[in-house]
Amino acid sequence: MATGEAALADLDRSGTQSRALTRLTVGSAIGLFSLIVLSVVFIFPFFWTVTSSLKQPYEIFNFPPTVFPSVPQWKNYATVFEIAPFARWILNSVFVVVVGTLGVVFTSSIVAYSFARFKYRGRDVIFLLTLGTMMLPAQITLIPQYVLFSKMGWINTLYPLWVPLWFGGGAFYIFLLRQFFLSLPRELDEAALIDGAGYFRIFWTILMPLSVPALATVMIISFIGSWGDFLSPLIYLNSPDIFTIAMGLFFFQNDPDLGGIPTQHLLMAASVMTVIPCVVLFFAMQRYFIQGVVLAGIKG
Amino acid sequence: MTIAATDLVGRRKQLSWYARLVGAESPLEVRQAIYGYVFLIPWILGLIIFIVGPILACLYFSFTDFEGVGVPHYVGLANYVKAFTGDDLFWPSLGRTFEYSVIVVPVGLVASLLLAVLLNRAIKGISVFRTFFFIPSLTPPVALAILWVWLFHPSVGPINLALKWVGIQGPAWLESAQWALPAIIIINLWASVGGNTMIIFLAGLQGVPQEFMEAAEIDGAGRWAKFRHVTLPMISPTFLFNLILGVIGALKVFTTAFVATKGGPQYATWFFALHIYQQAFAYFRMGYGSALSWIFVVVLVVFTYFQLVFSKRWVYYGGEGD
Repeated sequence: MATGEAALADLDRSGTQSRALTRLTVGSAIGLFSLIVLSVVFIFPFFWTVTSSLKQPYEIFNFPPTVFPSVPQWKNYATVFEIAPFARWILNSVFVVVVGTLGVVFTSSIVAYSFARFKYRGRDVIFLLTLGTMMLPAQITLIPQYVLFSKMGWINTLYPLWVPLWFGGGAFYIFLLRQFFLSLPRELDEAALIDGAGYFRIFWTILMPLSVPALATVMIISFIGSWGDFLSPLIYLNSPDIFTIAMGLFFFQNDPDLGGIPTQHLLMAASVMTVIPCVVLFFAMQRYFIQGVVLAGIKG
Repeated sequence: MTIAATDLVGRRKQLSWYARLVGAESPLEVRQAIYGYVFLIPWILGLIIFIVGPILACLYFSFTDFEGVGVPHYVGLANYVKAFTGDDLFWPSLGRTFEYSVIVVPVGLVASLLLAVLLNRAIKGISVFRTFFFIPSLTPPVALAILWVWLFHPSVGPINLALKWVGIQGPAWLESAQWALPAIIIINLWASVGGNTMIIFLAGLQGVPQEFMEAAEIDGAGRWAKFRHVTLPMISPTFLFNLILGVIGALKVFTTAFVATKGGPQYATWFFALHIYQQAFAYFRMGYGSALSWIFVVVLVVFTYFQLVFSKRWVYYGGEGD
């Protein structure tokens, strides 16, 4: 099977082979029409959220609803920062995401290196066990992990959100990087070994630089995961100044202190700000995203 | 020949006990194996501390009355008995989770496959559509729920407004016991059909060899016949992969319902994962919550096992006989 890179290239040339045969038939016109209608279905909710976030508090409940705000209220976004510790939540999330993602990238790649390039007793059993953990629901480990972290005094701190990511990152990342390492020629390692490089140096100076596309994929998926993670913050964090953005948004939705005026427009503005980093990241690194999914899917 | 064999035996005898322990056959392999283990250390620790250890601890807690603080007391099977016979929300929440999965998984898979088929064509700018369909799957789940609560607003939400245009009086959706579950299903379908599942299907579709399609065309197969008899069998392994991940994902449904409805109204969206959360982290019945978690995992494993067993009947692996 092709490497992830080639698979991605295939995706982008979608069926070029048959391009010569493609004519604008009734069938393909219906296909194109459905694509356009479906795009509206997928994009409209975001559009509605953005326009709602720019309306005035009472305008948002007008009936029938207007599509566009009469005067766009850009200050709604500033108001979110004034009435809630939104900047604090963003900072907390950025910290968790950056430190957690670093942990994922460093530790999952070295573990993947071990699985891909070394032979030792028990390797295949441990690897199968690793794949098995992908099927486990978080609930099964949640209660004992909570007990563990509370014994360590880590409740209401950010540690439970990122420390576990420094222990191999998770089965999915290890699997993805192992597949990628396996697609790199072994001769590179062997040549370096003959030149006297140690195993860590081979990993660090040869495999890692060649794996930038796969590492970018891991980084992005880890970013999206940590940024949107809700269950862990819900369980471990109780005071608003330590919330991450997902937890903060949930708090914002439920806080009675903010209910004096209808705050739906502010909630929408806060939601927009929560979603935007993910969308920007996607547009910036689209090809790595798709590639990672393809790499894990095809070879799985 | 004999000499070589004795040589080998001799060499094997010289191998130290630790070489045999790590499965090595030469000093170089011993060195390799040691490095292999060293690089594995973070994950071994992670597996023990954060996965295997907790799973076993969870099993232990499930036989106790543990409440998060203090000493757990052994209570035998009491928690499991309570779950099956003395918990008014246990069977309904499990049933509701199945009801949800039975709709979300097949509809989601078919919709993802259809989207992938639509996207698998040579038009300029096709990747723009792919982007549109993919973005909902990136939305942080809390934002997803909040956004849809607003879209489903009974009076000023755009969904009921659109229904009004075509002469239908829309329901109260998330605020109605009857319509909350369908609403949660719609939200999660919207968020997932264009995501990873579709991309994996798309890759699978593009892995179908062009020669097979041409051969079928020469035999006079139409579009549907080609899809049914060439494409579907060829992507059946991809289908199985997506099916297994889809079932696991569906049974775990939590955040959307927790944020959008808090499991209500009248427990209409009280899924099993919410029940576990409520028992363990709102009431701090950690022993009972652990028993529920174990039941959950057993259900998941049983489902996955049966899917793998039945898959032998419909999944085609090219080149492996058949």
